[in-house]
Amino acid sequence: MAEEVILLDFWPSLFGMRARIALREKGVEFDMREEDLKNKSPLLLKMNPVHKKIPVLIHNGKPICESLIMVQYIDETWGPESPLLPSDPHERARAKFWADYVDKKTYPALVTILLSMGEAKEAAKKEYIECLKVWEGEIGDKAYFGGERFGYTDVSLIPFYSWFDTLETLVNFSIREECPKLVAWAKRCLQRESVAKSLPDQYKLNDFILEFRKKLQPQ
Amino acid sequence: MAEEVILLDFWPSPFGMRVRIALAEKGIAYDYKEEDLKNKSPLLLEMNPVHKKIPVLIHNGKPVCESLIAVQYIDEVWHDKSPLMPSDPYERAQARFWADYVDKKIYDLGRKIWSTKGEEQEAAKKEFVESLKLLEGELGDKPFFGGQAFGFVDVALVPFYSWFYAYETCGGFSIEAECPKIVAWAKRCLLRQSVSRSLPDPKKIHGFVLELKKRFGVE
Repeated sequence: MAEEVILLDFWPSLFGMRARIALREKGVEFDMREEDLKNKSPLLLKMNPVHKKIPVLIHNGKPICESLIMVQYIDETWGPESPLLPSDPHERARAKFWADYVDKKTYPALVTILLSMGEAKEAAKKEYIECLKVWEGEIGDKAYFGGERFGYTDVSLIPFYSWFDTLETLVNFSIREECPKLVAWAKRCLQRESVAKSLPDQYKLNDFILEFRKKLQPQ
Repeated sequence: MAEEVILLDFWPSPFGMRVRIALAEKGIAYDYKEEDLKNKSPLLLEMNPVHKKIPVLIHNGKPVCESLIAVQYIDEVWHDKSPLMPSDPYERAQARFWADYVDKKIYDLGRKIWSTKGEEQEAAKKEFVESLKLLEGELGDKPFFGGQAFGFVDVALVPFYSWFYAYETCGGFSIEAECPKIVAWAKRCLLRQSVSRSLPDPKKIHGFVLELKKRFGVE
């Protein structure tokens, strides 16, 4: 049966990147459709009426929303020979816990930096570095967060690497100095085609973030 | 092999209630440990060093944190009785989506209802009712969110029913008048022993909220 897989996305989205990576890990052909978030398509509004957000995965006409839920769905539907989640229930719970930590702590810290100006940036920077140090501690000497295999937690966090360079400039700290193990992990992930293809060009992203911040400044 | 199951919890926590319900649904014997959140036990700090929050499920010495992750863990480990998650990947994604919706909306809006006044409280009430109405729509004419069988979304949402009386009294509104189907659904859930034994008396919750209001200086 012909599969129809569409991903409604927005190129700088950290959440969209997760879905792209998961689909590519499983070798799934998909139609990536760029959304204009200032002018959302009727398809997006129909497929995600509750949150009206990207990414949305549409599989044979049926929508799946929320990036982590999407990655689990992709893992359960395709490529059982290359699972993203471990089979042991406790290891699965651990992987989900760390993916949830990205959403609960890491993402808000990043948003705070993105939106803060002047003095507020210092507090934001402190919180962001604390988050990164937790990650540095968690990766330790492992190749990936789940151990030997690239998996669910890696998929949830690696998109953030694409934002690291710009954040370094914004808050004036060197992640390479503060969290060398995390950087080594990120470079290891970037060697995978699924990741390299799914993260945007650094310069394009840097310009986008700086433009965004410029618009936030009072005129 | 003897199973050791411990639940670190706090009696009014709707998140703790979720785990209690799941354990009861599976008929698992466990050791319930009440935490004093103003004086967290060394065990809690050891088992959840990242967030230092309850509930924490400890199974044979290994912790599982975050209530929805713990419920899925319980469902996977004790899979031969009362399945909580559907087996179809798409249905599972839908169940996770709605449980996530409960997490994104109900707790924070409910909190705003009892801890704010004036316009802020009115806005919270309005959004809270809208969220419950959306959930009502999702429930439709089914006995449970999972369909004929009590399931994951039911577990995620029903604990908040024990807080409805507190929300109503603090907010000056009737949830039953606004969302009768949700209240009917909750009462249906309460016919299950797993639920009735896991939810505290709503009047007790109200007493607890009044204590909190005093402590936080909200009148």
